[in-house]
Amino acid sequence: MSAAPLLEVDGLRMHFFTKAGVVKAVDDVSFRVDRGQILGLVGESGSGKSMTGYSILGLVDPPGRIVEGRIVFDGTDLTRLDPAGWRAIRGNRIAMIFQDPMMTLNPVLRIDTQIVEAVLAHADVSRESALARAREALVRVGIASPDERLRAYPHQFSGGMRQRVAIAIALVNGPDLIIADEPTTALDVTIQGQILFEMQKLCRESGTALVWITHDLSVIAGLADEVCVMYAGRLVESGPVADVLERPLHPYSRGLIDSVPSRNERGRPLHQIPGMTPSLLSLGPGCPFRERCDSANGACRESPAITEPQPGRRLRCYHPAA
Amino acid sequence: MADAEGTGTAAAAATGGAAAIGPWARFRAEFAESRLAMVGLALLAAIVVLGLLAPVISPQNPYDLAQLDVMDSKLAPGEESATGKTYWLGTDDQGRDMLSGILYGLRISLGVGITSTVFALAIGLFFGLLAAYFGGWTDTLVMRVVDIQLSFPAILIALVLLAVLGQGVGKIVVALVTVQWAYYARTVRSAALVERQKEYVEAARVLALGRARIVFRHLLPNCLPPLIVVATVQVAHAIALEATLSFLGLGLPITEPSLGLLISNGFQYLLSGKYWISFYPGIALLLTIMSINLVADQLRDVLNPRLRR
Repeated sequence: MSAAPLLEVDGLRMHFFTKAGVVKAVDDVSFRVDRGQILGLVGESGSGKSMTGYSILGLVDPPGRIVEGRIVFDGTDLTRLDPAGWRAIRGNRIAMIFQDPMMTLNPVLRIDTQIVEAVLAHADVSRESALARAREALVRVGIASPDERLRAYPHQFSGGMRQRVAIAIALVNGPDLIIADEPTTALDVTIQGQILFEMQKLCRESGTALVWITHDLSVIAGLADEVCVMYAGRLVESGPVADVLERPLHPYSRGLIDSVPSRNERGRPLHQIPGMTPSLLSLGPGCPFRERCDSANGACRESPAITEPQPGRRLRCYHPAA
Repeated sequence: MADAEGTGTAAAAATGGAAAIGPWARFRAEFAESRLAMVGLALLAAIVVLGLLAPVISPQNPYDLAQLDVMDSKLAPGEESATGKTYWLGTDDQGRDMLSGILYGLRISLGVGITSTVFALAIGLFFGLLAAYFGGWTDTLVMRVVDIQLSFPAILIALVLLAVLGQGVGKIVVALVTVQWAYYARTVRSAALVERQKEYVEAARVLALGRARIVFRHLLPNCLPPLIVVATVQVAHAIALEATLSFLGLGLPITEPSLGLLISNGFQYLLSGKYWISFYPGIALLLTIMSINLVADQLRDVLNPRLRR
């Protein structure tokens, strides 16, 4: 790792102040992403992984608010950015790809309008050169006959094609960082494979860093360099993807990995983690996973701190698996 | 809405072409599925043409008092006057040719209806979008004003306004706009609240597009389908309201015959057998409103994604 990472999230806490109480959607999350690196952010629904992504881009709406922590992007603390600063960064240096390709494109605007708009929002170029960039971006994400496609409306595209267009919009301004919020969850596995392949290639070629938010460990396994596992708003384990998947230290990571059905276990009942994700509203002190954990004991009533059991790996647990 | 456009997607995908069947062509085909709506559309087109051409085709200019002859008053339809003119729909108590009066009346009714709808739509659209996009106290303020206004009957507000403003075409348009903008504001707000939750708005924010651009370029066009339907129905309402106000003597001055005024003129003769003074303008008003409503009904069916096959 280089001395100054592209993105450093340090002790981020983002809470929702609802009438029913404070929801600690993101509770002490730290990680760093270097240029050209792919970071996987894994967790169940409601683990705060998407909210971490939204926080990075300053997209958290009231009653949500970042209460603590820094998000340093290339030397700038994003939590202190003014609207003008955001305009310079959003869609330009940090882009985002959303989950549902059916929804991310405006149904009433043509593809060319939407991509050109993205270019013109950040670059002072003529409409013609913006269109040329739009065309180039479509080619880069593997869309055949881009000229014809540029004049089409989103409803004339399949789900996979729409997601490619969404990725093209994210790429068109040559961002340093892309945050992808489960962009392949709504797609077929074959299409998902193609998109993962393209994304990996694009990141390697252009040096763009990628934060890939997903609940799907198998996606992370093939795509990411580093992985962060989140549970109930907290980061529970992180490290190089091969290490974490080979030898998970946190009982929750182990449970997640065991929950992925594999061919070897055919005939045997599938593994599952007992219990349910706790409500973030009623979360008391202590390890949020202790109710579902086999190795939990009295010590888990106190929240475990982040430790570094091995170089490059971090863990929030008193009972790391051997 | 996008996922409901199955036929278009399939057709476009099959040919691989971008515009195998455009949205406009599909819209026309779906609209034409209803015979009744096509009849309504044809009728409406005829009424609009007649209204527009009123100065050219009507036998008499009802505004020009010099052309009126009191001797010809209250002639029955088809009766010939002393000077040899035939009044096909009869004359009213001032000797005005009813056919001319109706044609000019249509012109005013449609003009008032459409103008007030356009202005009310623009104002309602603006405030509705504002309320939906910014939320918070902007939303509260706009929507409470709308609620207060909608809690009064439209006719009451218009009556009070006209009593203060006086008579005239411009004033009746002002009154109708004041009455109607609230409907649009409410419709736009509810449509925009749904739309702004969609990811494309979030995606536009991520691109750091300006607020005005997000609201008017991204939100607005997606809120239009329900508005087009409401606007069409409201044209008919506006025409009916204008006729009512004129009938009550508060709308247009006697020198500018609108349909409501003509009906009002003949009202007192209705029971004395001179039915035509009220009857024919009434039929014209009925046909106008009915044709607009037929078109509006079909528009609603075509533009409502839930009713799509």
